[in-house]
Amino acid sequence: MAEFIRFDRISKFYGPLCVVENLDLGIDKGEFVSLLGPSGSGKTTLLMMLAGFEQPTSGNILLDGTAINAVPTHKRDMGVVFQSYALFPHMSVGDNIAFPLQMRGIGKAEIGERVKRALDMVQMSALVDRRPSQLSGGQQQRVALARALVFEPRVVLMDEPLGALDKQLREQMQLDIRDLHRRLGLTIVFVTHDQSEALTMSDRVAVFNKGKIEQIGTPRQVYDEPATRFVAEFIGETNLVEGVVEAVQGQEATVRLPSGAQIVSAVSGTVASGQPVFLSIRPERVDLSETRGEARNVLETEVTDSVYQGDHLRVQLQNATHPLIAKLGRRSREFPPGTKVFAAFSAGDCRVIAP
Amino acid sequence: MPMKIAKATFATLTILFLVAPLIAILPLAFTSSVILTYPIPSWSLRWFEELFFADAWRRAIVNSLIIGTGTTLLATVLGTAASLGLRNRLIFFRGTIRTLFLLPMVVPAVVLGVGMQVLLAGFGLTNSYLGVIIAHTVVAVPFVIVSVTGALAGIDERVELAAQSLGAAPITVFRRVTLPLAMPGVLSGAVLAFATSLDEVVLTLFVAGPNQRTLARQMFSSIRENISPAIAAAAFLFIAATIAIGLVVVLSRSMLAKRR
Repeated sequence: MAEFIRFDRISKFYGPLCVVENLDLGIDKGEFVSLLGPSGSGKTTLLMMLAGFEQPTSGNILLDGTAINAVPTHKRDMGVVFQSYALFPHMSVGDNIAFPLQMRGIGKAEIGERVKRALDMVQMSALVDRRPSQLSGGQQQRVALARALVFEPRVVLMDEPLGALDKQLREQMQLDIRDLHRRLGLTIVFVTHDQSEALTMSDRVAVFNKGKIEQIGTPRQVYDEPATRFVAEFIGETNLVEGVVEAVQGQEATVRLPSGAQIVSAVSGTVASGQPVFLSIRPERVDLSETRGEARNVLETEVTDSVYQGDHLRVQLQNATHPLIAKLGRRSREFPPGTKVFAAFSAGDCRVIAP
Repeated sequence: MPMKIAKATFATLTILFLVAPLIAILPLAFTSSVILTYPIPSWSLRWFEELFFADAWRRAIVNSLIIGTGTTLLATVLGTAASLGLRNRLIFFRGTIRTLFLLPMVVPAVVLGVGMQVLLAGFGLTNSYLGVIIAHTVVAVPFVIVSVTGALAGIDERVELAAQSLGAAPITVFRRVTLPLAMPGVLSGAVLAFATSLDEVVLTLFVAGPNQRTLARQMFSSIRENISPAIAAAAFLFIAATIAIGLVVVLSRSMLAKRR
């Protein structure tokens, strides 16, 4: 796959405030990339620059090898979907979807045909004559989606498009958009602050923090192999434990915890002996047992609380020096508070992260 | 309960106080007498006849329509353009500029009138239709700005961004999205501009010549010269026009509300 979009050392300042800092990012044709981060991390600004609504203070944006900084929005050929839908309130659903086709001077008959197909695609054919104000939020977002896709744009940009929908509808739309992406081979740049949404939908996730990309990779990579403390904490839930590196062996390191326990863990990035680091241990990777067992890493802990949460059992543990959370499958046995248990996990289920 | 009665009484008295002048003048439009006083001997439409057929009154009505139309066009275009310009967040002293635009609303008309006469005389525009239209436009523009700015503020900026991203050049965005969405505000601004022009006396006294006597000006002078009930008939005409205008504004507002 050829690189299709390239952000080349992009910076954006609002006065003295740096919103995006010297950022590089490449996106392939047909790829679904999520820009994930807390609000104010620069992800939306980056999208707005790609759409042409904002100009980078420095750096170049390339589309298919050509710099597009000077190309005005209306000539960029990108479909944008906003969180607020941004439908034209004075036009019917059909006219909204016909708008980009009219802008391209397409004949009436073909416009009618393509509007119909776009409406079918998002299952909105029955409501073609309605005004946007007569539609529910989910319906409006489907129309906005159809409008952004009907002219077969080179890239589709989505700025938190599902943020205003309720949970069930959001999850349905996530699957619908993912399905459209696969069927039509779209290149999609998707901004969200919802990590599960990013993991569900994307080929790759770029995790933003303070105007920089902390890590970019497949959902599996950013979840299982967080490169930084921020990524480990922002995506999913994790146990962060301080420790000091004792020895490094290839892709693994031995870390001594304050309690004296030694943990062998996979490494993100490079660490050296004697370096203070964090260990990230995902709660669902922790096994509990009353016997020590064979596992490589074992911590002696005591159960302080145990909460049944339907699909899993959430157990709070206390080691000599730090707390630990374990999420157990619902088939697991109960662990009443006060039980002494061994928390076990393999070297691949935790990560050494340089602070 | 006594509180309720007190409130109702007070409200009724206030309304009476406000419309008392209308109650005083309007019945006289239908008098058959030649002087503008009560009692009314018998009912007649003779003063409306006078209004539409006597030369001075007919000309005044035509003048009011000419000047009102000219003012409406000029003030609506200028006021809409100003409102659009004031949307731009990058403008320095935006608040100050907006205040300056609205200044003619609060500056005493006499002061404006004197200034206007001196200024227009310099360009040889006193005693001309254009001069009166310009003078009226100055006081009408603020009404258009207030009305259009309100309508523009209700437009989600992202709707315009979306239009751009869908391939609309800036001028097309304006024509197909911004203007249609602001139209109720523009319309009610235009109506207010027309009403302002129709009603304006002070500036007209300063800048208009004998050929530009408007209806309001004609009423003003004829009440001193001869107190004919034609004035009451003219007043009736004014009220009817004002109510019609008010209805247009209300309708366009509800149009705007329905769209959202």
